[in-house]
Formats: sequence, structure tokens, C-alpha cells
Amino acid sequence: MGDEIDEGLRSELQRQGIWVTSMQELYNWGRKNSIWPLQFGLACCAIEMIATAASRYDIARFGAEVFRPSPRQADLMIVAGTVTKKMAPQIVRLYNQMPDPKYVIAMGACAISGGPFKQGYNVLKGIDRYIPVDVYIPGCPPRPEALLHAFMELQRKIDNQKLSGPNKSDHLDREHPSEYPVPAFGKHDLVPRANPDVFRPPQIERV
Amino acid sequence: METLEQIKKRIEAAVPGAKIDIVNNGSPSAQHSLKIDNEHARDVARFLRDDPALRFDFCSNVTGVDWLDRVIKKTVKTKQVVDGVEKDVDLTSEEKIPGYLEAVYHLFSIAHKHGPVIIRMQTGRANAQLSSLTPIWRSAELQEREIFDLYGIKFEGHPDLRRILMWDEFEDFPMRKDYRPPDDFEWEPTPHDDVLERAKQHYPARPTETELKPS
Ligand code: SF4
Repeated sequence: MGDEIDEGLRSELQRQGIWVTSMQELYNWGRKNSIWPLQFGLACCAIEMIATAASRYDIARFGAEVFRPSPRQADLMIVAGTVTKKMAPQIVRLYNQMPDPKYVIAMGACAISGGPFKQGYNVLKGIDRYIPVDVYIPGCPPRPEALLHAFMELQRKIDNQKLSGPNKSDHLDREHPSEYPVPAFGKHDLVPRANPDVFRPPQIERV
Repeated sequence: METLEQIKKRIEAAVPGAKIDIVNNGSPSAQHSLKIDNEHARDVARFLRDDPALRFDFCSNVTGVDWLDRVIKKTVKTKQVVDGVEKDVDLTSEEKIPGYLEAVYHLFSIAHKHGPVIIRMQTGRANAQLSSLTPIWRSAELQEREIFDLYGIKFEGHPDLRRILMWDEFEDFPMRKDYRPPDDFEWEPTPHDDVLERAKQHYPARPTETELKPS
């Protein structure tokens, strides 16, 4: 399972017709080339996500064309669009229902921070208040190329995940939570307003 | 289509006791409207819908408005005799209008291809209540629910008055002008104006002089 194969030795062996790999490489190679996204869209960004899945941009080239209508079968949640406060608990619930390993792409200004509706009374100021996000794509909406870029970033991330050792991937760590508390509807806002285990905004000081 | 004055006269003849005012719109669109009183609202609405010459069979839009207290200044030019000389004097009078909530309906006639006629109903902020026109125009149902949700006007006679956009547990009325959004301003990278004021409450306290001094 060790991931330290000497590159020189490997290419030497390859020249002799012997292909050497590690469990980790094989495992990650398989995972990163079949990321199945959860099929749901929240607002205008979802249109770009649909365009990405259609033939012109063709997300099938990255092995992610199988949009699953059930969270139980999905690896990736693309939060494509505005998350209203009324919708946020459902998003967290869907995330909780996805099996590990799972990843989240926050697509567009809305999913990142509330976007153009940030100061509205009904829009959540970023889905990262309740669930961990792996890749953020800015834009309003991000173009399909940007979503593909996010995919490639995610593939890179998966490729670098360790199966063992102190830096092993979160989903192999028993201590690491794979579910997060679902916020409740309160009298004035969602309760809590953010999950402090996930959302750690930088502290700003301005004069 | 008849003019608003004619419609007003005919309503007053058909619905005894109805109080109708014409509210003028000074903008270039000049879409004047009829203010109808709460008690006779449904009878007036039924007349507008069923009268063969009017036949407003389609309510295309219902919306809410929150008017703040306002002062209207009126200037009247009068002639006055000052020290035996006649002079033009401007008399200004101020009229205070307390704030109120309003529901506005846009009506069209598909049968006669005319419209819009705009009707308004007013109510106070405390205990805001109007009579629902959903029994007359079914298309008002969801929009009256929206007004109930965002402005807190109760529509008496509405078949299914629940919140529609916000969740049921929610207690505020976010489109009212005195609404203050909850305090989720922890992370505002580019704050300005009101947002800056609210974001500042989350900034850490600056170290005091004594804390900065090396001990
Ligand atoms: S970021 Fe822009 S395009 Fe995307 S959902 Fe929000 S408003 Fe729509």
C-alpha cells in the first residue's frame, strides 16, 4: 500500500513491459474518473451545469456524466445556485445522506456567499456555513469551462488523497464526521446561523 | 373603456354605501387607481367582474405596499392686503399622513380586451386586515398569500391563508420597512453603508493602550 515507488525503477520496469502501481494510485484513479454528481439544481447556475453535461462541453469526458437522482448513489454534490434559507436544511440533509467519500463543489457567487442576494432576508450567505466545501467556483454564473476546471481540481484533490498514514483522507478517518447537524427553522432565521465546526470566517479588523 | 370617474359613479350607484376615491398617479404613465373601502370591497369587486360593460374577469397582479408616515406640503398662492398693498403670498400647509399598508390589484378584461383598472385597499400597520378578493378572482390566491407572508396583512375570507415563501415558523414580515434582518454579518469582505455598521459589531475589539504596552 505504500505510495513510494521509485519513479526511475518504475519507468525502467515499464520499459520491460511490467506495469507497477500502488493500491492507492489504482483506487484514486478509479474514483477520480467516475465522480457521480447528485442531480439537482437550485437556480440559474444549474442551467450552466446542464450545459456542461450536454454534448458541447460533455462532462462525460471526466467520467461524471451519470447524474444520480438519489443521494445514496452520488459522490459529488454540485451546489449550483442560490441556497435560500428555506432550502438549506434540505441541502444539508441530502449531504448527510450521501455515502462517503463525498465532495462538494460550490458553484457560483450564490452558493459561495449569497451572491447578488447576499443582503436579502431569505438567502443563505454561503453553503459553507453548514457543510464543508471542496472547490469554490466564482462567477455569476460560472461558465461551463469553469465547472470543468472545478472538476479537474477535484480530480487532482482525489488523486492526492492518502489511504493511510497520518494525512490519510478524511473519509477513512473514523473520527471525522460524515454528517453535519441540519439547521432548524427558527422564528427569525435558521438555528443555528452557521455550524461553527465547519464555518470559520476570517476575523477582519478595519479602521 | 369608461373613465375612472364614470366607473366610480356606477360603482357608487350599484353598491350602496361604498366609499370610492380616485388616487391620482402623477407620473407620465398616469395610471390612476380606485381606492375602495374595506367593508364593501368584495361587493365592489364583484360588480367590476360581473358588470356587462366592464367585465374585469382577470386579476393579473396583486401586490403589497408599505407606506411610511409622510408629510405633504401644499403651497397655495393667495392675494393678501399687506399694509394697504395687495401682494401675492404663498401659503404653505402641511398635511401629515400616517403610514399604512396597502394591497393593489391590477384588473383586465379578457372579454372586452380592456384594462388595466387598478384598485387599492388600505389598512393600518397594527392588526392589518383586509377582505380577500380570492372569492372573486381565483388568481389572487397565491399573491394574497405572498402579501400575507411578506407584509403581514391578513386577508379575511381567503380559503387557505398560510405563509408561502418563508417557512411556517417564521414570525417577521420581511418586506415591511421596519424589518431588520437577523444578525448574520460575521463575514462581509466588502461591507459598506448599513452592512458595514452591522459587520463592525463582529469585529474583534482593538487592543487597548495598556494591553499594547510591554510589561
Ligand atoms: S451565482 Fe448568479 S447565475 Fe448563479 S445562481 Fe446566483 S444569481 Fe444565478
